[in-house]
Amino acid sequence: MPLASHDAANLLVLPVLVPLTSAAASLLAWRSVRVQRRIGVIGAGLHLAAGLGLLAMVWRRGIVVYQAGGWPAPFGITLVADYLSAIMVLLAGIVGFSVAVYSLDSVDVRRQAFGFYPLLHLLIMGVSGAFLTGDMFNLYVWFEVMLIASFVLLALGGERLQLEGGLKYVTLNLIASALFLAGLGLLYGETGTLNMADLNVKLPAAIPPGLATTVAMLFLIAFSIKAAVFPLFFWLPDSYHTPPVAVSAVFSGLLTKVGVYALLRCFTLVFVQDVGYTHTIILVAAGFTMVTGVLGAVAQQEMRRLLSFHIISQIGYLLMGLGLFTPLALAGAIYFMAHVIIAKATLFLVSGAAHRISGTYQLGHLGGLYRSRPVLAFVFLVPALSLAGLPPLSGFFAKLLLVRAGIEAAQYAMVAVALAVSILTLYSMMKIWTGAFWRPVPEGLPRHESARLGTMLPPMLWLAACTLALGLSAEPLVALSMRAAESLLDPSWYVTAVLGG
Amino acid sequence: MRVLLAIVIGALYAAGFYMMMRRGIVKIGLGLALLSNAANLLIFVAAGPSRAAAPIIPMGQTVPSAPVADPLPQALILTAIVISLGVLAFALVLIHRVHSICGTVDCDLLLLEDR
Repeated sequence: MPLASHDAANLLVLPVLVPLTSAAASLLAWRSVRVQRRIGVIGAGLHLAAGLGLLAMVWRRGIVVYQAGGWPAPFGITLVADYLSAIMVLLAGIVGFSVAVYSLDSVDVRRQAFGFYPLLHLLIMGVSGAFLTGDMFNLYVWFEVMLIASFVLLALGGERLQLEGGLKYVTLNLIASALFLAGLGLLYGETGTLNMADLNVKLPAAIPPGLATTVAMLFLIAFSIKAAVFPLFFWLPDSYHTPPVAVSAVFSGLLTKVGVYALLRCFTLVFVQDVGYTHTIILVAAGFTMVTGVLGAVAQQEMRRLLSFHIISQIGYLLMGLGLFTPLALAGAIYFMAHVIIAKATLFLVSGAAHRISGTYQLGHLGGLYRSRPVLAFVFLVPALSLAGLPPLSGFFAKLLLVRAGIEAAQYAMVAVALAVSILTLYSMMKIWTGAFWRPVPEGLPRHESARLGTMLPPMLWLAACTLALGLSAEPLVALSMRAAESLLDPSWYVTAVLGG
Repeated sequence: MRVLLAIVIGALYAAGFYMMMRRGIVKIGLGLALLSNAANLLIFVAAGPSRAAAPIIPMGQTVPSAPVADPLPQALILTAIVISLGVLAFALVLIHRVHSICGTVDCDLLLLEDR
């Protein structure tokens, strides 16, 4: 059905509106967990469909802009979807839907009864809003929507570890928010605008490059805390493994990636006066993030803690793409984003299934899963090898792009680090593989062969299939990432689309 | 006036960060409150406080008659206050729960359990 351009732009609000409606509906159905579960799956499915529709729309028409209430750009609230935003919303939809299905049988009834589903929808709403907004202050607001939902999700259940992890998570994120707010204040004071496209135009003339870089550093620190970048990541491995694994999966897939998205957006659109200075810092931080993350992962014996440290090292690769700041590198970062969100979510979900079967997350106490659950072993192996970068899986192409970009930019040290970290990644993945799957069950430990996985299995299967598909259809997807990267590096398209010709 | 406000903001930031680095977790809540107030004041000062008239256009005119103050910083700060109040309330409840479950408000004793 062909749409008039006005109607098409209205569809842009769907990824925000659908989760809001689902959350409201689940709150109305507070007394009936059964209804909430249905709304949970249907709402997340509709959000996924909205994400698909959005990407299709952006693919056909280029950047789509929605001005709330008809107020033109620098004055009103603007929602913008370019390639990057649309890809991110779609990824949020995939993770959100998978987790909604997975949680039916994995999250205990008490947590479900105390608002798990409404919170999940609010989280998805905040994440989608952050991806779509075209305004720095609204980015802050969406961040907070997402954070408040994530705070409660993290603490829901009230176990001791959860509360302690939650305390660190809440404190560090609130400090990040305060810094973000301070940066906003300075930016508004100097330029008189907070619309990102408008900032791209006005910032160079409004303040000298030195001051702009100072403000940029505030944003860099704020977003880096949220994205768990070295040396600001220590809250993550202390908190991400404490809630139920469905929550960990959605956090690993979405929350840190929103920080990375904010960095990608701000440091390609707003703060590009002093690329030599800011992006070198990002590149160095990326290298250290990779190394410290993977070294932390290698040292862990608990499956979820290992995976939590892993999130950090993968963030390093994403930042490497931003730090190199060439079209190829940014395309690599965007493709890597799709790859890592899906692979990482799958691994967390598998760790939950392993826990359901064996009753533990400790690698020392796991074993024999390959013999008893070959399907699960396969579902683990695909994303694990993909993260390590084995062809023909998605991680290989993602790293290939980044490494090629690094060589072209003559950043050989960075390339060496990225490759060495790959080997350590493979080692840590093999550690889980041998510990949990390959070797026989350790003597004297109970076996839970009869444990039912129920709805936990399908999401893992299709996420693993997604990883395979990402790798096998790398060519068109890399082409899409290249288009996204080119539109990031040439903000004039974005600016014209938002402010009007 | 600006200098005075700048000193106040600096003091608030310093006190906020100092509070957060203490061992007692109750002080984290106080630190958060100070930090968010410092950030709100910073927006206010950075946008330039002025004694201009309220931005209301009189009946029958299309532009205001006198120079008006920028209404946006107030809107930003108001939003930020609402958000930080909500988040602070959550943080306080969390601190309370940590205290009642772990039986301590000392960060160092909490860290021991972190395995």
